[in-house]
Parts: sequence; structure tokens; C-alpha cells
Amino acid sequence: MQVTMTVNGDEVSRDVEPRTLLVHFVRDELGLTGTHWACDTSNCGACTLWVDGEAVKSCTTLAVMCEGKTVRTVEDLARDGQLDPVQQGFMEEHGLQCGFCTPGMMMAAKWLLDKNPDPDEATIREAISGNLCRCTGYENIVRAVRWAAEHPATAGETNEVPA
Amino acid sequence: MQVPETFTFERAGSVEEAIALLERHGDEARLIAGGHSLLPMMKLRLAAPETLIDITGVPGLDQIRVEGDHLVIGALVRHVDLLESALLAEHYRIFGDAERVIADPLVRNRGTIGGSLCQADPAEDLSAVCAALRAEVVIHSSAGPRTVPVREFHDGPYMTAVGDAEMLTEIRIPIRPGAGSAYEKVERRAGDWAVAAAGVFVQLDGDRITDVGIGMSAVGAPHFTCTEAEDALRGRPPTPDVLAEAAQHCHDHCNPTADQRGPEDYKRHLARELTMRALTRAVAHARGEVA
Repeated sequence: MQVTMTVNGDEVSRDVEPRTLLVHFVRDELGLTGTHWACDTSNCGACTLWVDGEAVKSCTTLAVMCEGKTVRTVEDLARDGQLDPVQQGFMEEHGLQCGFCTPGMMMAAKWLLDKNPDPDEATIREAISGNLCRCTGYENIVRAVRWAAEHPATAGETNEVPA
Repeated sequence: MQVPETFTFERAGSVEEAIALLERHGDEARLIAGGHSLLPMMKLRLAAPETLIDITGVPGLDQIRVEGDHLVIGALVRHVDLLESALLAEHYRIFGDAERVIADPLVRNRGTIGGSLCQADPAEDLSAVCAALRAEVVIHSSAGPRTVPVREFHDGPYMTAVGDAEMLTEIRIPIRPGAGSAYEKVERRAGDWAVAAAGVFVQLDGDRITDVGIGMSAVGAPHFTCTEAEDALRGRPPTPDVLAEAAQHCHDHCNPTADQRGPEDYKRHLARELTMRALTRAVAHARGEVA
């Protein structure tokens, strides 16, 4: 079945089985392996990406149900060689250990900050409650999101992508 | 790797089209919207529909509106919209209470109220909310719409009044001016299914309860409710003793099963305690006190 959607600004079209899950579509069909695939039961949130501007779990979304929709993955956070403040925050505050949950955490965090640029700690914890960190590094993840809230990207300011 | 069995995929652009597709594809066809109940079942191969019919493109079913003296919630309204609806918050805080503890924000971005009710999980929260509020559901077939009280909607775990080639389209809830409502749930961890949950609405006339609805989830309560507790409250003053008497009925008249979420006596204890808390908050809310 042919499905066409916009992923990270590019229109993509593929012929896939209707049962293809969005996580496998972006990883296997598009090679965007930043979106992680883990629990497969919509519990862990490692597969979090955006569909039409909303953070969702792509292991529980059919690719064919994203026909005509706009998908954004973690690969699209850094733009023009600049890290998103959320990414910078995870660096500054040591928001990752093994890094497996990180793409999903960042996509959930970015979604929160776009709606609520100045969330308190409880709001951050609620926003990432669908994302599990198996290193249990939640304290630093919450700090990382707060760092991003306190350092919004402004014109001229650079959070350069490390080489 | 969990992958569903193969299926054919159709898209419906209207209720009529969805029903026509259901009729054409027979009883192995299923509707899909948020997919957060059905897809996990399909990935575990507990469900293997031959055809999925995507109804997310059906217009008009994603609204919450007032129609006369009823609130009407479209079947495609998502959990996040129930949580953030100013209209629901104005009339029934029970929705916000419940939605805050349903799954997690990412799941709430996808799952719908229609899907939640039709999945009919015995631990589902909105079934208890709707039972407490004595909602009605509108079910469409090619013969037209019919209305079913939500307390007659569930035929048992995972079984509902929705038949083959039928589609739930709306949930209708009577507006009760001045009503207070609340929902209380105990879960093992954030976003989990309820160990037990209770939701209530209360209407007062001075110091007398004029109307009340009680919903319970995850404790095997018949039709997610406890009419004995409601009968014990109607017409009486909302004193702690009276509320406790009703809560005791919830303890006595549910039928929980022991599982990994806890033993039977613990769940009965929760049924009583959570009903007591929900009633207390709903009464305070109805009185205009901070609840």
C-alpha cells in the first residue's frame, strides 16, 4: 500500500504493508534510526516522535495512518548546524547515560517546551511520564529540560553541533 | 519483534462509509482510530482482524459540544482533549481528574473516548466515569442511530452492545447544574491501569443529596457502578457517616479478582476508601468549597 507523508521537511513515499508500524517505517524504510525501538508495547517511549506536531509512540501507530501527515523525528531537532536547546540541555546537565531513551525523552521534552516554555519540575515529570529511562537518570533529565527552558534558542546565539 | 497479523486497510470518510465497509468486510473487520487499545492487542496476536477501517478522517466526531441540556462528546475525541476541555472542566471535573491518571501524555495524544469504551477493558477509567454520570452512547448502523444507556453498554469484559456493522459515534451526558464530581484512582506506577478506581457526581439541594452517580473501575462492579451505594445517598444529608455507609456498599457489592495488582480484600478496601474520598471531594465541590 502506497503511503506518502512529510518527514523532517521532506515528502517521502513508500509502498509498505498496512501492518507496518511507524517506528519501523522511519527506521527501516527511511534509515532514520535515531528513533529507537524497544518495548514494543507503548510503555517505554523510546520510539517517541511527532505526528502533526504531537508527540506519539510510533510503535503503536500504523504508517498508513500517517498518510498526508507531517512527521518529525529526533534527527530534525538540530537545525543549520545548531543543537536545539533541549539537546544542549542534555549535554550540559548530563541528561543521558546509556543514551537509549534519549531521543524519545528529547522529543517529549521539546513537545512540552513548545506548549509550555517555562514548566516547573512537576510539569516536566508529568510530560516525560510516558518515557522510561532504564539507567534511572531522571533527576538529570529533568534538569536538562529545565536548562533548555532557561536557555531558549535566540537569533544569533549558537549551540554548535559538536564535531 | 511484535508485528500484527496481515490485514487489509480501508479509510472511511463518513459514518455511512464506515458502516458500509463493515458490512462489506464482515465480522472480522474492525474500526481503528487512536489504535492504542487495538494495536497492542494485534501485536500480541490476541486480535487478528482481517480488515482495519480507519475512521480518523470521519468529520464531526472530534468535538465536545453542548446540545440542549446535554454535553455531547464525539467518539473520536482524544484523551488530551478531554483533559484540556474547558467545557468539561466547567461541568464535570471528574473528566480532568480521570484523564490526568490515564496512561501518559503520549498515549493521551492518540487514544480516543470511543475506543476506550469499545475496548471495554474491566479496568478502564472512562467506563467508570460515564457510568457515574449515567451517560448514553449513540450507536449507528445502516438502520440509523440508536441510543444505549452506558450502564447497559458493557456486556462483560471486552464485550459491548456494539454489534457487527455498528459504530459508536457519540457519548451524551446530562448537564446537571451545580453538580460536583471527582475521580480517585490507585495505580501501581504512573500511567498504569487502576488497581481500583471510583468516580462520583453529587447534586445537592441545601443539605440534601438530590442526585448522585457512582462509577467504579477494576473491581468487577456490575456495569462499572454501584446502585446500592447510590440508593443509600439519595435524599439524605452528605454527612461523613452517610457517605461512609455508601462507600461500604461499594466495598460489599463489587467483585474484584486477585491478580498481580493485589488481593481481593485490598481491592475491596480501595473501593470503599476511594469512593469515600471521591464523594467527599464532590460534595465540597458542589458546595462551592475548594475541592
